[in-house]
Amino acid sequence: MKKKYLCTGNEACGEGAMRAGCRFYAGYPITPQNELTAYMSVRMDEVGGTFIQAESEVSAINMVFGASVAGARAMTSSSSPGISLKQEGISYIAACELPVVIVNVMRGGPGLGNIMASQADYFQATKGGGHGDYHLIVLAPASVQEMFDFTYEAFALADKYRNPVMILADGTLGQMMEPLEFEENIPFSKGVSKPWALTGAKGRSAQHVKSLILGGKDETLEEHNLHLQEKYRKIIENEVRIETENVGGAEIILVAYGAMSRIGYSCVEAMREKGKKVGMMIPKTLWPFPYDEIRGIAEKNKHVKFLVVEMSSGQMVEDVRLAVQDDKRVFFYGRMGGGIPTEDAIAREILKIAK
Amino acid sequence: MKKIVTRPDSMKDADMHYCAGCGHGIIHRLVCEVIDELKIKETTVAVAPVGCAVLAYDYWGFDTTEAAHGRTPSVATGIKRVLPDRLVFTYQGDGDLAAIGTAEIIHAGNRGENISVIFVNNGVYGMTGGQMAPTTLLGQSTMTTPGHRKASRDGFPIKITEMMAVLPGVVYLERTTVTSPKEVMKTKKAIRKIFDIQLAKKGFSMVEVLSPCPTYWGMSPIESMKRIENEVIKEYPLGIIKDTAAM
Repeated sequence: MKKKYLCTGNEACGEGAMRAGCRFYAGYPITPQNELTAYMSVRMDEVGGTFIQAESEVSAINMVFGASVAGARAMTSSSSPGISLKQEGISYIAACELPVVIVNVMRGGPGLGNIMASQADYFQATKGGGHGDYHLIVLAPASVQEMFDFTYEAFALADKYRNPVMILADGTLGQMMEPLEFEENIPFSKGVSKPWALTGAKGRSAQHVKSLILGGKDETLEEHNLHLQEKYRKIIENEVRIETENVGGAEIILVAYGAMSRIGYSCVEAMREKGKKVGMMIPKTLWPFPYDEIRGIAEKNKHVKFLVVEMSSGQMVEDVRLAVQDDKRVFFYGRMGGGIPTEDAIAREILKIAK
Repeated sequence: MKKIVTRPDSMKDADMHYCAGCGHGIIHRLVCEVIDELKIKETTVAVAPVGCAVLAYDYWGFDTTEAAHGRTPSVATGIKRVLPDRLVFTYQGDGDLAAIGTAEIIHAGNRGENISVIFVNNGVYGMTGGQMAPTTLLGQSTMTTPGHRKASRDGFPIKITEMMAVLPGVVYLERTTVTSPKEVMKTKKAIRKIFDIQLAKKGFSMVEVLSPCPTYWGMSPIESMKRIENEVIKEYPLGIIKDTAAM
């Protein structure tokens, strides 16, 4: 039976993790994701899981490394400055191919910035963040329901590919309350066996999980990198997600993700009521990015223009340009430091481009 | 012919990368001997550090992972909380434990994590070419203390084991060395002690082992052992520093 709740995005994210079978959480206080940490402290006690308030984000991500290496479903969360601190650990987790879920409830930056909603960590999340050639799977929820759904699924994706998954949310998604619905008896999200986990060498030879690869008799570091890239290609092939609305026959397509797509969608609906031919594309995976889907629309309709709207100086717009491959048809509107593009402001931009 | 000495069962048959006269080989072997004695090879998960001992898993025949520099106790925390019935220990050098990982070791101790820590103090960064460590003695010459370590420029040698003693979650601390067969046996006994403490679920414990680095001390292996006996133990006295484990 489905049950309905009213809760914040942060809490929905936490419950999504619990329902997925996450039994280890380590975090550190930072606004605007504190409700998530607090929620996990209560829920982990209820189910006999582990909650640790770590001494730093650096330590928290490494605790999650340890829990994952031991075979558990593990999560950490933070907001922008704290996610910067976690980057070292994220690089090691990616190198060791550990399934871990990391939540970033983004706030304004750079530096300590402010605690308002922002999307300025897109580059950090999708282009690396830490050192070395690696990718996270980056999911971009746009509602409280998706905070639950995407987190629930993130654990299955992480296990399937032995790869860290990031939930890239923002302050509004974390803090706002909306209805949330899910099956009361929902089973844990799909898992896989983990023969690589370090649980003690009982009935098998000893094994090691490490990221120092000096070559010699075993795999070289370049071979390990090629293996990672092969895995990333599979993820690109199988896991791209994007929602499209009224793109056929559109003159302008708005591209936005996360909370920004909600405002953008309201704007697009209002303009369509007035007879404007405006469509919408909402990437749900930011890595892998839906290049082919956007390029397909751009090639089919040689006159359609794209307006990318972000709470940043323009980060995802670079990927949209790569997809469209015609910079004259790609426009950008954004605000920074906690500023949020309003419906009216987006409408003005659309009218400007339509001229 | 009767075999009276053999390689421990949990030690791999591999050539070590350690320099001649290095203490890591002795300490690695002691860890393996204790694991054999306790018959816990199949239920042990170790965490190697960044530093000279990063390749410990090439020599240990039990499950081992490798942490980012200094994050060793945090990784061990994650493993132990998930697998409370396994023996989980970290093996860390002075740079890993007493410099970049200071926060992690203090807070793992303060949480009373039921893990064991083997802290190898040789007063120098061996892996990177012999720079000053937090534990380098005043007056000691290193790659980054040309001439010698001066307090006015470089600060003082840190006594992290004594610092840990004030934490209620830390139940056992001992400092040993490997300069003679007698001291080696004491070190083995101390490692056995901290593993016993963990198996009895008594909390956090650590052994600091004063170890030689002939290569970056610029002396012979024998001179290095003498230096520990004559100089190093004056700064870092041997013995049990704390014991509230009631074992």
